[in-house]
Amino acid sequence: MREQILAIIEKNSRIDLKELAVILGVEEIDVVNELGALEKEGVICGYHTMIDWEKTSIEKVTALIEVRITPQRGQGFDNIAERIYKYPEVNSVYLISGGYDLLVTLEGKSLKAVSSFVSDKLSTLDGVLSTATHFILKKYKDHGTILTKKHEDTREKITP
Amino acid sequence: MRNPLADKVVQVKPSGIRKFFDIVSEMKDAISLGVGEPDFDTPWHIRDEGIYSLEKGRTFYTSNAGLRELKVEIVKYIERSQNVSYDADHEVIVTVGGSEAIDLALRAMINPGDEVLIPQPSYVSYEPCAILADAVPVIIELKEENEFRLTADELRDAITEKTKILILPFPNNPTGAIMEKKDLEAIAEVIREKDIFVISDEIYAELTYKEKHVSIVTLPGMKERTVLINGFSKAYAMTGWRLGYALAPKEIMEQMIKIHQFAIMCAPTTSQYAAVEALRNGDDDVASMRESYNQRRRFLMHRFREMGLTCFEPYGAFYVFPCIKEFGMTSEAFAERLLAEEKVAVVPGTAFGDCGEGFLRISYAYSLENLKVALGKIDHFITRLRAQQGRN
Repeated sequence: MREQILAIIEKNSRIDLKELAVILGVEEIDVVNELGALEKEGVICGYHTMIDWEKTSIEKVTALIEVRITPQRGQGFDNIAERIYKYPEVNSVYLISGGYDLLVTLEGKSLKAVSSFVSDKLSTLDGVLSTATHFILKKYKDHGTILTKKHEDTREKITP
Repeated sequence: MRNPLADKVVQVKPSGIRKFFDIVSEMKDAISLGVGEPDFDTPWHIRDEGIYSLEKGRTFYTSNAGLRELKVEIVKYIERSQNVSYDADHEVIVTVGGSEAIDLALRAMINPGDEVLIPQPSYVSYEPCAILADAVPVIIELKEENEFRLTADELRDAITEKTKILILPFPNNPTGAIMEKKDLEAIAEVIREKDIFVISDEIYAELTYKEKHVSIVTLPGMKERTVLINGFSKAYAMTGWRLGYALAPKEIMEQMIKIHQFAIMCAPTTSQYAAVEALRNGDDDVASMRESYNQRRRFLMHRFREMGLTCFEPYGAFYVFPCIKEFGMTSEAFAERLLAEEKVAVVPGTAFGDCGEGFLRISYAYSLENLKVALGKIDHFITRLRAQQGRN
């Protein structure tokens, strides 16, 4: 049940609990208990809303920043990662295999705001060797959802 | 001018579904629950393989019976799902949908006057195909009290000296009924005893919600007298690719391939390459679509219970078959009024045989959101009907 609940609410966290119980063929109380357990264990970390900001009048700039760093003795990358993720404008921080170490995603009000964060805060941190900033120009698909097109039912209306 | 037409063809009734289709097509804003195909797109990796085959210029005929690669994958699939072995070189044919395979099997096995047993309610093409093959169709009316399964007694009662073939359409369209192993064992005994053959249409084999589907070919003495039909349409959401297949003993298969060779040549090449990918890497897609269908099925059954609408619990395909006898209307009248008053299209049970009277086929090849809206409208409709009945 756990796996199925997670699969469903990952796509639709607003689903009615009674309905969730119905489609999984279990009792509502079991769903409630399982969700409680998942929250308590930190498996469920939050319930967010997917927003296509492009369609609003609010200006937002998202950037992906590749960060190369010098790992510290005894700490590895954790210390510096923490110093980065504590900034509220930072959306996510991933340790990455390959040509660089951390991938930082960042949301800012403008190109200037993002640039100044990178030049003033990020690149000046001890241990940061270099950064490369990529601005997102268009989001085609986000969190498994295609943003550019609405899905249309083009089937014949009645078929045997 | 002389009559240009063949009497045999003229006498075949047009599909009962057609008439309803014409009414629905004229209504722009109708919500349809009348579709007999998946709402999912074909998984992208399968489509991509089809595109890739075109790019590589694989645009020629394949051998008549199908791409060898695909036949090998089909045989492997039956081996892993049913634990039954077939010879990829002599016992498999790739067809233009499961529909062609039904036609081929009947034409390869029927002599004029042979009787073909057709359990109904069932898919619309068995009876016409039997007639066109010069067989005499004999209908077995399945009953709701048996959850629309075929029982050994029903089968025995329908068999005569002339009976040659039983068509076995499970998991069933339109009822959603399944035949479990014990049900199959009971009828297999009669089939062996009476020495008849089986055309087992298992196109919905991957869509069962109780236990995994069991094919009749797994039972002793049945593989040698069965044409097993399946395809890619329902399991992989590939209806438009028009690709099915049949497995049968060499003796029958040779004759099926002969007809196919002269009438069709070969199934579409692009589709065959895509189907290889489906069988090699499509299991997860099937599992996730099956889970979605099952969730919708549970939702519908729950809503029917809330509405007090009688419906046996179906464990296969993507249809539910609720009973509307309490309203004292024919299925067609009910469906027409539901469409006119609530703009929801369902298919009258009678489109699948006379014994579908008093039932509706509701497809759940729609998103939960759509189903929710449509079921709300059906709820309004039957509440209104009950209120009217109360007044009369």
